[in-house]
Amino acid sequence: MISSTSETILSIEDLHASVEDQEILHGVNLVVKEGEIHAIMGRNGSGKSTLSKVIAGHPSYKVLSGSIQFKGKDILELEPEERARIGIFLGFQYPVEIPGVSNLEFLRVATNSRRKELIKSELDTFEFEDLVKEKLKIVEMDPAFLERSVNEGFSGGEKKRNEILQMALLEPVISILDETDSGLDIDALRIVASGINRLSQPNSATILITHYQRLLNEITPDFVHIMADGKIIKTGNKELAIELEKSGYDFVDKNTKEKEMAK
Amino acid sequence: MKSSTTCQEWLNSLPPTEGYLTNEQSIGREFFLENGMPSKKDEAWRLSNFNKLNSFLSLPTTIDHEEIKSIFPEKDKNRERIIINPNENPILNIDLPNGLEKLSNREIEDNLGKIVQSTNIKNDISVCLNQATSKELLALKVKSNFNQSLEIVIPSIEGKSISTRVFLVIEEGTKLDLLQIFTGNNNSAQNHLIEIKLESKVELTHGLISLGEQQKSSSICTLAVEQSEKSKYSLHSIHHGWDYARFEPRIIQSEGQASTIIKGLQVTKSKEQIATHSLIRFEGPNGKLDQLQKAVASEYSHCIFNGSIEVPQNAQKTEAAQLSRNLLLSKRARIDTKPELEIVADDVSCTHGATVSQLQDEELFYLLSRGIDSKHANSLLLKGYYDEVISHFPKSAQKWNFIEKLIKDIKK
Repeated sequence: MISSTSETILSIEDLHASVEDQEILHGVNLVVKEGEIHAIMGRNGSGKSTLSKVIAGHPSYKVLSGSIQFKGKDILELEPEERARIGIFLGFQYPVEIPGVSNLEFLRVATNSRRKELIKSELDTFEFEDLVKEKLKIVEMDPAFLERSVNEGFSGGEKKRNEILQMALLEPVISILDETDSGLDIDALRIVASGINRLSQPNSATILITHYQRLLNEITPDFVHIMADGKIIKTGNKELAIELEKSGYDFVDKNTKEKEMAK
Repeated sequence: MKSSTTCQEWLNSLPPTEGYLTNEQSIGREFFLENGMPSKKDEAWRLSNFNKLNSFLSLPTTIDHEEIKSIFPEKDKNRERIIINPNENPILNIDLPNGLEKLSNREIEDNLGKIVQSTNIKNDISVCLNQATSKELLALKVKSNFNQSLEIVIPSIEGKSISTRVFLVIEEGTKLDLLQIFTGNNNSAQNHLIEIKLESKVELTHGLISLGEQQKSSSICTLAVEQSEKSKYSLHSIHHGWDYARFEPRIIQSEGQASTIIKGLQVTKSKEQIATHSLIRFEGPNGKLDQLQKAVASEYSHCIFNGSIEVPQNAQKTEAAQLSRNLLLSKRARIDTKPELEIVADDVSCTHGATVSQLQDEELFYLLSRGIDSKHANSLLLKGYYDEVISHFPKSAQKWNFIEKLIKDIKK
């Protein structure tokens, strides 16, 4: 889906960020263009989730320096809800349970917020039910989940399907999916992956944050990045993920050491 | 307690004893002559805002008929609505439907005040306040062939203090959905005493919506319920918008083998103070209680919950659970919550717990990250928080717009 004229959706330059006064990101550089699928891999604590939260605007994370541009516009001053409305979607690693808030109502309010931005008419309850029923098919989700409270009592797999359902409804320009594959059995992984594939558009992009290559068997990334110590230290194609799966992160360490020696 | 000028002034301001409840008025006034008004030394009133209580007492109690001008939402077809006008015999102008009967004088004499007395509260100030001022009584028997829901609406009057007394006997085997609505008016006070006797095998669902709405409205309400064996009682209550409110539900399972569910919610803002003092006593074996009390306090407001549970020796195999969950939305707001369990029986299961928290940042971020603006996200979270209580109200209760009122004006 990539073409030479593809527009840049996300451009991150020398991003340094901290949480609770501890610097986690030490200069991340990343460019994502229309139609691209990027995978970010790395050990626990390498900064992958922090990067996703910083892009989405989580208030606990502080940007120390560097920039994040979305379609050429600086987004660091935007509130999380404003970022979401312009088309930045974060699929949570641990989707939050919100007792007492109906999933259907939540999905409708969220969808209408995005539609307003897209200058589309807001949907009333009935119109939304028709839309959501269509979208449920993408993730093979039981409509009964709409009647329950947001993520409350959902299994790990159901929560992740609910995330992809939100992605389907919000039609984001860029989706950052933080370990969407964790906690999924093989069937659920296939359903979620197929949902992500179906939702990929030539004018949108996806960043998959994952530990395992198995998700990348289902969704072929154009780029694979390896993160370590708050930086992207290596970028390659799908072969890099396969190599990583084979040799583990020791190969990354070796690579890093060699680079440092060369310096 | 001690006599005070406020008390003397208040007693002097009351009209002479009159109406159906003349004797009761004398008893109530005697009490205050002897004991005076409550003070900080009275444990049950320790946290009460006495300036607000004094404002409550300062309002005149004499009411003209033309002063009642409240407008209410249209009632449902299957609901019998009774609007209580203070000072008037509430039954005078009502054609009672099938299954709803006026209690005879004998029945009233034999039973009135007994449920309240059985709670054995020392210095029962809230009750005496009502006794001293209530003139008329709504006393009804609900029979098992009453096939409607019952709605009792009590309006208030600007610049005035009103008192009402209600006594219901619900006949054996009856299933009843009862909704009570108290609405506050500008600078008004109200004082209610409700006694309900549930005969055996009665199932009563009782919704109580108490909305202050306007500036400087206050309310003191005592609800005394006696449950006979195999009866089921569920109480869902909301208190909101009062400058000063005090709610005292007291439930006695007189023979055991009954079940009680209480879900209460009080929401305060500005400088309001709302308190719930509940008492549940088991006087026989195999009783059950599930109690949840929720509070949300914002700005400079103050919420109080005091939850007593008494399980004497003869109440073996009692299963009681009490939980107090509170949301503190401002650093200057205050929440006091205190369980008081008095358990003598040895073969029982009684649990209690209390939490005070804030709206969860991660929940809020989740909603924001989906494009929902922070005002709407906060409303959704509050609605979610209220849900455990408000979801139990009948759909028709929504006509009173209480959900919107509960969310509006809350500043995080």
